[in-house]
Amino acid sequence: MSRMTTTPDQVMDQESSLAGITKILRENVRQYGMLVALIAIMIFFQIMTDGILMKPINLTNLILQNSYIVIMAIGMLLVIVAGHIDLSVGSVVAFVGAAAAVMMVNYEMNFLVTVIISLALGALIGGAQGYWVAYLKIPSFIVTLAGMLVFRGLTLALLQGQSIGPFPTAFQRISTGFIPDIFGNESINLTTMLLAAIVSAALVFMDIQSRRKQQQYRVETSPLPIFILKNVVLVGAIMYLSYLMASFKGLPNVLIVLFVLIVAYTFVATQTTLGRRIFAIGGNEKAAKLSGVKTERLTFYTFVNLGVLAALAGLVFAARLNVATPKAGEALELDVIAACFIGGASMSGGVGTVIGAVIGAFVMGVMNNGMSILGIGIEWQQVIKGLVLLAAVFFDVYNKNKG
Amino acid sequence: MSDIILEMRNITKTFPGVKALDDVNFQVRQGEIHALVGENGAGKSTLMKVLSGVYPHGSYTGEIFYQGQACRFKDISDSEQLGIVIIHQELALVPLLSIAENIFLGNEQQKFGIINWYEAITKTQAVLKKVGLNESPNTLITNIGVGKQQLVEIAKALTKEVQLLILDEPTASLNESDSDALLNLLLELKAQGISSILISHKLNEVSKVADSITILRDGATIETLDCQQDEITENRIIRGMVGRSLTNRYPPREVEIQDTIFEVKNWNVFHPLHEDRQVINNVNIHVKKGEVVGIAGLMGAGRTELAMSVFGHSYGKHISGQVYKHGQEINVSSIGKAIANGLAYVTEDRKSLGLILIDSVKSNITLANLNGIASRFRINQPQELAIAREYRDKLNIKCSSILQKTVNLSGGNQQKVVLSKWLFSSPEILILDEPTRGIDVGAKYEIYTIINQLAAEGKGVIIISSELPEILGVCDRIYVMNEGRIVGEMPKAEASQEKIMEAIMQKKEVLHDE
Ligand SMILES: Nc1ncnc2c1ncn2[C@@H]1O[C@H](COP(=O)(O)OP(=O)(O)OP(=O)(O)O)[C@@H](O)[C@H]1O
Ligand SMILES: [Mg+2]
Repeated sequence: MSRMTTTPDQVMDQESSLAGITKILRENVRQYGMLVALIAIMIFFQIMTDGILMKPINLTNLILQNSYIVIMAIGMLLVIVAGHIDLSVGSVVAFVGAAAAVMMVNYEMNFLVTVIISLALGALIGGAQGYWVAYLKIPSFIVTLAGMLVFRGLTLALLQGQSIGPFPTAFQRISTGFIPDIFGNESINLTTMLLAAIVSAALVFMDIQSRRKQQQYRVETSPLPIFILKNVVLVGAIMYLSYLMASFKGLPNVLIVLFVLIVAYTFVATQTTLGRRIFAIGGNEKAAKLSGVKTERLTFYTFVNLGVLAALAGLVFAARLNVATPKAGEALELDVIAACFIGGASMSGGVGTVIGAVIGAFVMGVMNNGMSILGIGIEWQQVIKGLVLLAAVFFDVYNKNKG
Repeated sequence: MSDIILEMRNITKTFPGVKALDDVNFQVRQGEIHALVGENGAGKSTLMKVLSGVYPHGSYTGEIFYQGQACRFKDISDSEQLGIVIIHQELALVPLLSIAENIFLGNEQQKFGIINWYEAITKTQAVLKKVGLNESPNTLITNIGVGKQQLVEIAKALTKEVQLLILDEPTASLNESDSDALLNLLLELKAQGISSILISHKLNEVSKVADSITILRDGATIETLDCQQDEITENRIIRGMVGRSLTNRYPPREVEIQDTIFEVKNWNVFHPLHEDRQVINNVNIHVKKGEVVGIAGLMGAGRTELAMSVFGHSYGKHISGQVYKHGQEINVSSIGKAIANGLAYVTEDRKSLGLILIDSVKSNITLANLNGIASRFRINQPQELAIAREYRDKLNIKCSSILQKTVNLSGGNQQKVVLSKWLFSSPEILILDEPTRGIDVGAKYEIYTIINQLAAEGKGVIIISSELPEILGVCDRIYVMNEGRIVGEMPKAEASQEKIMEAIMQKKEVLHDE
């Protein structure tokens, strides 16, 4: 019989039929679709803004502007994968920023101590909300909707309607600092280029390693040309962007933080038992529980984790503005959640990638930035962003149904 | 022939990586019960989904003729219009709506969008009477058992003026008396001229009611047997299904029973919501090393509740009693602890409790024992793949790849994935709840072989099953359960279907006398 039941997971490379090719294309579209969309959007705005978008100063700005969204999107992704949502992150950003401001400005506390206390505060907030969701089984939408109001209110109370700032320089550096150039070259930051080269080499090395392993274990791999193309594009992009930034002030400190977070959380999500269990909870909580997964505890920890990341985002946000305001981070939760869904996460849980959420965040970020440069009014920016979110999720769902 | 009501010609249907149907031909005569049998994954459900328009015209190749007309269904409502109604393997009722609401869901008795409830209720009463279901139309679906839910599905089909009724494994989760009621209903409908297609793995039922039997294997029609002309035995059907005769339904085994490995004492459990209702009443059971113990009983006897409450208190409230392994009391108060103590529970409800449907075969197999494929906390992916392949081969799971999502597997193969998951957790005591529900004869044999192997390795195996022949065929000792109590215990040598039923009935009488 012509069924393929006993020749499974073989490398599909050799499949030369049209069906084979379209299948490969489709799978790659799904995997890299959002990345391609991001690049397309960047090229579009690059042209429309007469090259302002990719100017070193604007690029650096773009990263700084979006860093806190990316940080939270990573944490939000795990919460969404576990089958929940967190609407409170925008308010938490404001509250933690306000608390940090009070500590540093009013009480003149050391900035490091402040940072540590702030992160702990984030954990506490995440835990407080996570407890209701995980153990008391209150829907996360409601718990965090309450949290959104509560922490916005507490921010107002804490700041008494005022803005507090400015902050000590050491604190500001979190957001506005750049890694120092050890070579002291005038025109271009060599440290940046060196770091970029090391990271590129490491990424390519790891990709080759994993491809080799996959082949060794007869797992379907993407065809060699696509594999090479992917790596060339990746390295090219890293080197090009680094070059642009190197010709300005070099790599921002935040970018290093982002990079570390992305790598660490991708590892946790894809390579560890912890990550696998969180995906299982989102896929089918009851089945996961009956398989011995501690569903409550893990759900709780995904909220604690997001609390900490939201606190970090709050610090980065405050440091960037150099002032804590009652209105900080308003509606930020929507950008963060949108980033996750644009990046392919599923509303019903169990599906999503860290890198997808990051790409989603930059899709939103580039659009914000590009449209602002073009002078498009805030009202139309919102309309366009909303439609892009809808289109991205439609694209994803449509693709999945076809597959 | 003019009395052919349905003809499907050269049907081919492919999914990515799988040819589920390969040039299938299928004919149903007017007013007959036509059984469709075949191994798990043979393509039975797929063929019926093609017929009913779940897979619309264009997504398959081939032709469908119904009452002499070529049909190109775009969706189910197209086929329903012509009186073809399918009742799926997984029931499609809304649990929190009433019987009447479910029956007329999508087909409301309405004018200008306003529902006429009087008419709906009256009509519901009429069809409920027809299918022999004695329930109020206002009863919620959650409050009636699966057997009655099946009848509601059929009642729903009747309101749609069904001409050709398709039932995909309707009796898989029914006990004997409910199954009989359902089969009798089919015979009655047949007398009224309604044709039906019956998919089932219970070959005794098939040979009892079917007028013709079509056998599918690996997505192709093997043969169609006419039961009116010759006497068709179960063995004859099996030969067609698996391509060879199966001389023995139950693999032989050397029994070597040793000391008691597992014991549950004075076990009491209360209902999780109605806390004053005692679900399990002072149950004592034990299993010896190398022994296969069966728990027989009717649906609702409390067997699943017993198993789940023992397995990490995953069911019930105010649980009291002791659990011993090798004579030592063990703590089973959480699922993690139960697993750590060597317990495994294979659920009867594979879709909602057994599988992460959106995940791959591989991830499902390793889920209960992730530490077994991880060094510290990092998953060793190659090892995981190797393990998944090992179980796929060992249990003969039919999938296009171990990375295939389990939602796309056929029912029987899903069951094998759940079983693999628990085998990989290498338990000492394995509780199997209806382990062969919806599984074909060949695969059943494979599963029994695995059970024997486990027993031979010195594990304790407990099987909960509503199929008495299965319990009698595989178990060394049998407990009979009824209304939350153990009402009988007998070694294999003394057990028979009559004795088990007797134990159940006798307890009923005692209760009534009280
Ligand atoms: N949506 C789908 N995507 C991919 N493969 C599918 C899909 N649906 C079914 N299949 C595959 O098609 C084959 C036939 O499946 P089908 O459900 O028709 O089997 P079946 O005869 O009903 O088996 P069972 O007795 O176990 O219910 C199986 O190999 C199954 O994995
Ligand atoms: Mg089926």
